[in-house]
Amino acid sequence: MNDWLLWIGLAGIMLGLTAALLGVFVVWQKQSYFGATLAHTALLGVALGLLLRIDWQWSVIAVALLTGWAVHALMRRTRLSSDTLLGMLAHSTLAIALVLLSYTPVQISLDSLLFGDLLAITPQDAWLLSGLTLLTGLFYWRHWRDLLNITLNRELAFAEGVPVQRVERLFILLLSLVIALSIKLVGVLLITSLLILPPAAARHLSRTPEQMLAGSVLIAVVSGVGGLALSWQLDWPSGPAIVVVATAGFLLLLPLRRGQ
Amino acid sequence: MHTELLVQLKRITFGYQPAQPVLQDVSLTLRRGEILTLIGPNGAGKSTLLKIMLGLLQPQAGTVWRRDGLRFGYVPQKLHVDASLPMTARRFIELGLPPGTHTLSNRWVELTRVSALLDKPLQGLSGGELQRVMLCRAILRQPDVLVLDEPLQGVDVQGQKFLYQLLVTIRDELQCAIVLISHDLHLVMAQTDQVICLNHHICCSGTPQSVAEHPEYRRLFGEDAGLFAIYTHHHDPHRCAEHEGCTHE
Repeated sequence: MNDWLLWIGLAGIMLGLTAALLGVFVVWQKQSYFGATLAHTALLGVALGLLLRIDWQWSVIAVALLTGWAVHALMRRTRLSSDTLLGMLAHSTLAIALVLLSYTPVQISLDSLLFGDLLAITPQDAWLLSGLTLLTGLFYWRHWRDLLNITLNRELAFAEGVPVQRVERLFILLLSLVIALSIKLVGVLLITSLLILPPAAARHLSRTPEQMLAGSVLIAVVSGVGGLALSWQLDWPSGPAIVVVATAGFLLLLPLRRGQ
Repeated sequence: MHTELLVQLKRITFGYQPAQPVLQDVSLTLRRGEILTLIGPNGAGKSTLLKIMLGLLQPQAGTVWRRDGLRFGYVPQKLHVDASLPMTARRFIELGLPPGTHTLSNRWVELTRVSALLDKPLQGLSGGELQRVMLCRAILRQPDVLVLDEPLQGVDVQGQKFLYQLLVTIRDELQCAIVLISHDLHLVMAQTDQVICLNHHICCSGTPQSVAEHPEYRRLFGEDAGLFAIYTHHHDPHRCAEHEGCTHE
């Protein structure tokens, strides 16, 4: 039993780390709705996985990735605003998923998909999340400056020789992976808040992008571990527990303005 | 040294929608040490041409040649940075330079007048200040080609003169080529080697003097468009009716 708590703790730390790492750019590039859309499509991935009788974690990754890349390619070509495009995708995929789920041979608890379920976590999940954290760390180690330059001005970055397309696609890949791997802990409805609350909380305390990154990592890890502990102790659903702690962090840090 | 070919565009055609080409059959060459100014009415395709030169857009027809390993310094028309990104002007400039560059105690910082702005957040800078910071970043990259998209927009006459003098200093010291979009041929006069008057196609090109006297240029900018009266562009659709590919707002 203690071993199992250890796995949950590890999963919480790694989830917080990865979400905060990716979250800062989601906030800086005003992509939170994009993140939310990917999260909504994840439920379609679950439904397809159950229908095809494969491990739904893989179908979630596939669906989120396809959606992410498709949106990335479409956003510059369609006459619809990205806001409309994402809104359509988010809710139509959610609706299709809910319909499909009524045909699945295996019954699955919708609650645990939407809000996370502590009891569903396995050691494998913790390892996968750790691997993802490592990948994200490597990606940032190589492309941190590129990402900042793309955020500042995409065309300027391109003109200066940054491999814009590749970096953006890799970022979407990592975002799809973190969404797929965090469904069990936070649920599809609340993943976005884990991406944006920690950076938002850290913003007021930061004067450089790196400070904001460090701040949000700290807040996210505390929220992840704290939320899972509360969920364990008080039998709260794990997703809402994590988000409540992150929100509390945001509110508590709000008066401490320092950054510009 | 002043004759090394840096960029060559041949018979470029480009349209955001295939039915409405923004650029038609546009060719140009850019050599080291040359200042090239693009002028033309709004919507004439000036920014589009810059973007094709930079490789941001791919033309539907024609060829783009750039010397191997060509380094661009680019000053875009606008820079919008979200308030959530904490970033000073100093950091912004450093991000355009090779990793690990942390000393900006350079005379270009003085010459572009950004010394006092370095520790301010980007979001707190005025349009003109931001433009000088972007220019400083572009120069410190030691570019082969410096590209400026409407650097005079929202800059007062004093600032425009300052900028043109600065561009000449940059050209002379860095031995680079400079391409800019300008609305003001008057100020371009003394320093530009080549002016291209663009309205979807190249209406005329050459030295500022010859362009100012060219009938096509006068047609496009009005009869009074002598050398010293061109501060605002008045684009008269009727005078341009015979031009192929012209669209009017």
